[in-house]
Amino acid sequence: MYSTAMSLSAAAAAVASSSRPDAIRPAGLRFCGLRREALGLRSLQTSPQAVAARRSVVAAASAAENGTAGSGGFDYDLVIIGAGVGGHGAALHAVEKGLKTAIIEGDVVGGTCVNRGCVPSKALLAVSGKMRELRDEHHMKSLGLQVPSAGYDRQAVADHANNLASKIRSNLTNSMKALGVDILNGIGTIVGKQKVRYGKVGFPDNEISARNIIIATGSVPFVPKGIEIDGKTVFTSDHALKLESVPDWIAIVGSGYIGLEFSDVYTALGSEVTFVEALDQLMPGFDPEIAKLAQRILINPRKIDYHTGVFASKITPAKDGKPVLIELIDAKTKEHKETLEVDAALIATGRAPFTKGLGLENINVVTQRGFVPVDERMQVSNLYCIGDANGKLMLAHAASAQGISVVEQICGKDNILNHLSIPAACFTHPEISMVGLTEPQAREKADKEGYEVSVVKTSFKANTKALAENEGDGLAKMIYRPDTGEILGVHILGLHAADLIHEASNAIALGTRVQDIKFAVHAHPTLSEVLDELFKAAKVSSGVSSSVSEPVAA
Amino acid sequence: MASLVSPSVSLPTALRRARFAAAPLRRRRMPVVRAKVREIFMPILSATMTEGKIVSWTAAEGDRVAKGDSVVVVESDKADMDVETFHDGIIAAVLVPAGGIAPVGAPIALLVESEEEVALARARAQALSQGQPIESPPSDAAPAPAVEPPSPPPMAAPTKAIATPYAKKLAKEHRVDITGVVGTGPHGRVTAADVESATGIKPKPKAAPPSLPAAVAPATPVTAGAMLPPVPGATVVPFTTMQTAVSRNMVDSISVPTFRVGYSIITDKLDALYEKVKSKGVTKTLLLVKAAAMALAQHPVVNASCRDGKSFSYNTSVNIAVAVAIEGGLLTPVLEDADKLDIYLLARKWRVLLKKARTKQLQPVEYSSGTFSLSNLGMFGVDRFDAILPPGQGAIMAVGASKPTVVADKDGFFSIKNEMMVNVTADHRIIYGADLAAFLQTFAKIIEDPESLTL
Repeated sequence: MYSTAMSLSAAAAAVASSSRPDAIRPAGLRFCGLRREALGLRSLQTSPQAVAARRSVVAAASAAENGTAGSGGFDYDLVIIGAGVGGHGAALHAVEKGLKTAIIEGDVVGGTCVNRGCVPSKALLAVSGKMRELRDEHHMKSLGLQVPSAGYDRQAVADHANNLASKIRSNLTNSMKALGVDILNGIGTIVGKQKVRYGKVGFPDNEISARNIIIATGSVPFVPKGIEIDGKTVFTSDHALKLESVPDWIAIVGSGYIGLEFSDVYTALGSEVTFVEALDQLMPGFDPEIAKLAQRILINPRKIDYHTGVFASKITPAKDGKPVLIELIDAKTKEHKETLEVDAALIATGRAPFTKGLGLENINVVTQRGFVPVDERMQVSNLYCIGDANGKLMLAHAASAQGISVVEQICGKDNILNHLSIPAACFTHPEISMVGLTEPQAREKADKEGYEVSVVKTSFKANTKALAENEGDGLAKMIYRPDTGEILGVHILGLHAADLIHEASNAIALGTRVQDIKFAVHAHPTLSEVLDELFKAAKVSSGVSSSVSEPVAA
Repeated sequence: MASLVSPSVSLPTALRRARFAAAPLRRRRMPVVRAKVREIFMPILSATMTEGKIVSWTAAEGDRVAKGDSVVVVESDKADMDVETFHDGIIAAVLVPAGGIAPVGAPIALLVESEEEVALARARAQALSQGQPIESPPSDAAPAPAVEPPSPPPMAAPTKAIATPYAKKLAKEHRVDITGVVGTGPHGRVTAADVESATGIKPKPKAAPPSLPAAVAPATPVTAGAMLPPVPGATVVPFTTMQTAVSRNMVDSISVPTFRVGYSIITDKLDALYEKVKSKGVTKTLLLVKAAAMALAQHPVVNASCRDGKSFSYNTSVNIAVAVAIEGGLLTPVLEDADKLDIYLLARKWRVLLKKARTKQLQPVEYSSGTFSLSNLGMFGVDRFDAILPPGQGAIMAVGASKPTVVADKDGFFSIKNEMMVNVTADHRIIYGADLAAFLQTFAKIIEDPESLTL
């Protein structure tokens, strides 16, 4: 609740100094764009002055332009196609900057993240985390606890996830409405330069003109060919998050972070899991050392086995009393290896951009495998594309960060987002998080550009708080340049890793060097000391100056 | 475990030092060069480390590893360290499982170069542990027939053996061939419960073996009539698993016809030799083990056993099981190929086995592969005793203390010599009086002229 107080005081401060529109920034809590909304309408309702203040700012800003219509005779200064996290983040920032904004949504506000992604999955993972802890007799006993065997009600768990999604969805919608963003219902299509058409199926279309257009249509789960989805026994994350059933044995095709998170949920709820991975290593996107430890902690002790180096060439849903059949072929030789017979299959082979029907051909933008090809400023031709649709970094907070970057550019301030400072997290138990480069990537870059890299590691076993909770399994590692002190990448696997990574991502975003940050004090005993250990363990060559008092800006 | 040709693994120089120290001794004594089975040792990860706990095996039995691959994770007091292998090969056998503790320098796995050698290294490891529940110590070496009757005869299992991930894990852990387990799960798959019932593992493993003795019972007259009335003031403490097993074995042995032959041996020269080698960690018992092994090599029938009541079962290796008293019980760690290894190597292996026995880390192959047993009560001052023959073996030797005794030689002169009495109990179905006496004569000759022990 500390954060609620923060935003209230920020709002209060805004009321006091309404001449400075920037002060109303929702305390920079924007990376997922949801924080403000997750606080609920309460924060907005309890300070109607703040709302009024914002409205007056918007009015003042647009009054400064040519009346209520957008400048230059356009209907809107900015039209965003897609009201997901990316679109929402861009919309809020745009309104703050005084742009007349409209957002077009063809399905539900909140998009994937709120309805079929981050939000419900975190609800399920919260449940699975608690289940796993309560069922871990050894762990409970070591703390001196006796817990009678814990059980769960599947429908209640599913409801928790659904209710959370609905709540966040309505918060998002209301927040945009309250700020004066026009929410237009319908599928948006670009029909020409600065012209967008939208409309619901069966209803007449409306056409609007926009000075700037941002495409934020997101992505959908990618289903490779040969796989037949029936939504009950063979399904994607969209269906899985509704938790309509908990199968005894589920095969998860794809061992990236989505597959990994689901394996955590299903094994905690009592299922057995088999991974099917096309590459030779499980969890190919992670730093290899972290992946090895993750395998030891998240896979080996659980009821999980795996097949690597294979494709699922054909998956048939269960019917007539037969189980789900999965035919596996060798990834290289393509010869049949074996057929799995399981109760369910989850397809988690990545996400494909949702750009069909956007009308990109009308403005001569050619997609690459469905992705909109943008440059480092998210621009293509004369429009912008943010979030999963451009494929640069398919994460919710990356989408809204890109949105903010684009709005800054629209308002005349050049802005290039540093993607290497955007953290990512996998919410298994224990969590995994990372920011920057993996060790092999860093070494490759260093070889090309001619400098050395060093790596330091610490174990959670050395951390008092982790040991107090008997959760000493974990590792943190930092890759940095010993000649300049630049932090190249930080990877954490352990309790609350997803929260701990931000110290590192902030450092990278602000260009803070290791030799400076090592003097920062961390409260004891907290998990953040894991990072403190990392910074203190790093050795930067003495030639480089290290000044303590001045913060280093990029 | 097969003989070492050269050790492998581990990075710290401390271990390399150990390697060099051990190497010359080993090289001296290799008449038979078996398949190149390399041992992977518990490495020294810090200056004060004396033993390490294996957190998990990164490479499993049967995996092919390349030089530099991490094979095991060992816990030190600071962090978990990945240990890499120095050689390419296949992990033939894991000697210490995850969660197990091994002293620094002790072998924790076997690495071989080719597929054929895997079978060789594993054969012995597998043969006697197949189908045995982990909890019970020395049970029959005979292929646990008790396990078969309870489970239904394997009917035509559905197409291929489809087993759930947890079932596969359990099968691997308990060394059960999963293709032999009948599946009763949905669509005929093998579930964890099926594996548990096939191997007699109870899901809450507290009281495992009791079910086995019940099936083996037919041979033993255990139902010895009415229970005796309790003596007032007595405290009843039920047998532990180990004690139950020992009791069962002893009762089983009643059905074997045994006889005993005693021999007095002058041990002056042996004692002198002992003084010389004890600084190198060789104990009196080990000298006796080596002598017995050498004698057995010359009298193979004493190293044989009678398993089915109608044939000799000659053993190719001489594996001496030595009785060790541990708290609350008795264990018999086995020194394999005792005739082929020199006393220093035997001493090293013995130290490892002893440690494992005391910490209850002995693997089934390490306590049940014996072909001959030795029991020494001399340290208590016992002058002679006779031992009960363990099931599955042909003979057991009971050794008393070596005491200064007045001895008369054939010329009528008295002298004081250290004399020790040994007593061998043997199965008369295969070992006859003359065989045993001849064996003891050879044994005595070796003891009384012990230089050959150090060769």
